[in-house]
Amino acid sequence: MDRDLASFPPVLIVVAVTVTALLASPARAQSEPELRWGGDAEGGAPFVEADPQDPARLIGFDVEVAELLARGLSQSPRFVQVPFTSLEASAARGDFDIGLSGIEDSPARRVRLAVTVPYYEFREILTVRETDRARFRTLADLRERRVATLAATLAYDMLVAAQATDGIIPVTYEDDVHPYSDLALGRVDAVVLDYVLAERGVSRNPGLANQEPSLGVGHYVGVLAPGNSELRDRVDELLRQAMRDGRLEAIFRRWGMWNEDQPRLYARVLASSATEMVPASAGAAGLDVWEATRRYAPSLVRAAVITLVISCVAMALAVVVGALIASGRVYGPRPLQSLLTAYVEVIRGTPLLLQLFVLYFGLAEVVQLPAFLAALIGLGLNYSAYESEIYRGALEAVPQGQLDSARTLGLTGPQTLVLVRGPQAFRLALAPMTNDFVALLKDSSLVSVITVVELTKQTSIFAANIGTWLVPGALCAAMYLVMSLPLARLARRIEKGWRRG
Amino acid sequence: MITLDVRDVTMERGARIVLRGVTFSANRGELLALIGMSGTGKTSLLRAISGLDPIKTGEIRVGDVEIRAGRTLRLPELHRSVSMVFQFHHLFSHMSALQNVWLAPVHVLRQPRSAAEGRARELLEMLGVGSRADAMPHELSGGEAQRVAIARALAVEPGVLLMDEPTASLDRARRGDLAATLLQVAAQGCTVVIATHDTEFVGACAHRVMMLNDGRIAREGKPAEF
Repeated sequence: MDRDLASFPPVLIVVAVTVTALLASPARAQSEPELRWGGDAEGGAPFVEADPQDPARLIGFDVEVAELLARGLSQSPRFVQVPFTSLEASAARGDFDIGLSGIEDSPARRVRLAVTVPYYEFREILTVRETDRARFRTLADLRERRVATLAATLAYDMLVAAQATDGIIPVTYEDDVHPYSDLALGRVDAVVLDYVLAERGVSRNPGLANQEPSLGVGHYVGVLAPGNSELRDRVDELLRQAMRDGRLEAIFRRWGMWNEDQPRLYARVLASSATEMVPASAGAAGLDVWEATRRYAPSLVRAAVITLVISCVAMALAVVVGALIASGRVYGPRPLQSLLTAYVEVIRGTPLLLQLFVLYFGLAEVVQLPAFLAALIGLGLNYSAYESEIYRGALEAVPQGQLDSARTLGLTGPQTLVLVRGPQAFRLALAPMTNDFVALLKDSSLVSVITVVELTKQTSIFAANIGTWLVPGALCAAMYLVMSLPLARLARRIEKGWRRG
Repeated sequence: MITLDVRDVTMERGARIVLRGVTFSANRGELLALIGMSGTGKTSLLRAISGLDPIKTGEIRVGDVEIRAGRTLRLPELHRSVSMVFQFHHLFSHMSALQNVWLAPVHVLRQPRSAAEGRARELLEMLGVGSRADAMPHELSGGEAQRVAIARALAVEPGVLLMDEPTASLDRARRGDLAATLLQVAAQGCTVVIATHDTEFVGACAHRVMMLNDGRIAREGKPAEF
């Protein structure tokens, strides 16, 4: 027995221990009831973040609110990590009991989810560069300018409305850190987000300033699955108690967020059985799905065009760079061959998502690529590695007899490549290239992480606003197919043409 | 006038010695046949003369161009003097018969495209495959493909035409036609060297025969002597 264990590879032991620990945890959960609460630790302080002293521990005012609620329910809090923009869909699915992560109250949310009483009031703040303070005072001053915010927020709805009235260009981010760093770099001209985020953004980026007065008022609420109004009512009661006895105030004071708006909010909440809050934006929640689809269709088509343009240009870049790499690897001197092999392995061996982050955010201090350009370069260079392998294989698959023929006719090396080897290799490469183009078309959805709104991103905004993925998802899938199917047919036609001659 | 001069050529393929000191020369307009069993070095000799494979020692002179061991060849120059038809033709598979023929005149000899194309049609007509000008290689029969390959080799107007196993893909009637064609090519001043083990074909067209054995010329003489 001992000998068996000794011969067990260490990796397997680690795996076995981990699996045992994972299997054991539900048993623990049964012995002590848990309040599963959802949030996004990427949102950072003061909401939810990993404790810098002990990254395994979470800190933030939402963490403390969750603890307060769990204590009141005689449960222990358990955190469930969910990306901020997916919190609503995740709550509706029942991935957690309650979502607490600086989630804003909105009429749309109230239609789709069980929403608690507000526990914090914030103001929407316009942030600009210090040097623009005098000229960009309101959204109306920002015609044709890029204004950043976080996707799926009240501020986003405000910017979409301002796009129609004031001609601003909304730019959405997946996190609340990069809007401010990009503002400091000049990639956008203003940011609209809530006061808490704006204060933090200004303190982290010297040279930024928050404008007065605020553009609007919003509230943080907890969200629960629509059928879970029983728990919601208990949570509401716990929040009201915490408002009365000052525990909520203590939490916000600890995080430096207490201000004179809060007592007024608490007085209103305590005075009414249900919250009466004036919606800042009507949103699309009241519409039926078909009406909403009709309204969103033009923006989906625009986003599909962006997807198509990005895919085509990135593929063209990938083909050109890939052909150069393949030629270098087949014909080049040995050091160049090794260098190109290393390039291909690094690009293929690391995630495209990481490459996009590095290109757009990582290099921003050295060179500030516009988002669209960074998307093209990122996708293009990533796919160039795959293309180059296809071309190298294809070049090496051209029969030696063809090359001998070319030599005995007196064609030079470059002539042989251009007139004989290249065209024949291209025929061999067409099918895998078509395959790659279809893959690229779908991978292009990743560029939404660097603020480019393409088809998938637009669809998810659409879905978030109307509260269902069913229709937007089907529509989005249909649009991808409309783009990829003709291409596959074209490739088959070309191949047939070659066979005929 | 000597257009092809081979002096003491040796050649290795990996660890194997395939040519062990071959010496011969051929005159303008001569049709020379290399015969011998498989693996005696016929194809290797043709590949050495066409500059495809390097030789170990000796020298080969084709027209004005000299091939020596260990020296980089100026291939485009060499291939204005020598042209080769492979056993399996190796027509460019992505081009029509006609394109195969005018490719080198346009890109190597820098002839105008229209002139080269006209000449290519003439050559295909002369070889009896004019009607197949627009066919792709995979649509041609073995005999047709070979005649297109000959047209392609002749289009660069070589001083020396090399052919490897020219009758391998031909029936008896077609062999007679090919013999006539090669004699016609030779009569126009081109030196023709064929490697074959078809002695009947050799008897029908060769001016002179050399028999290779184990990388050496074992016998040499008139076709009737073999």
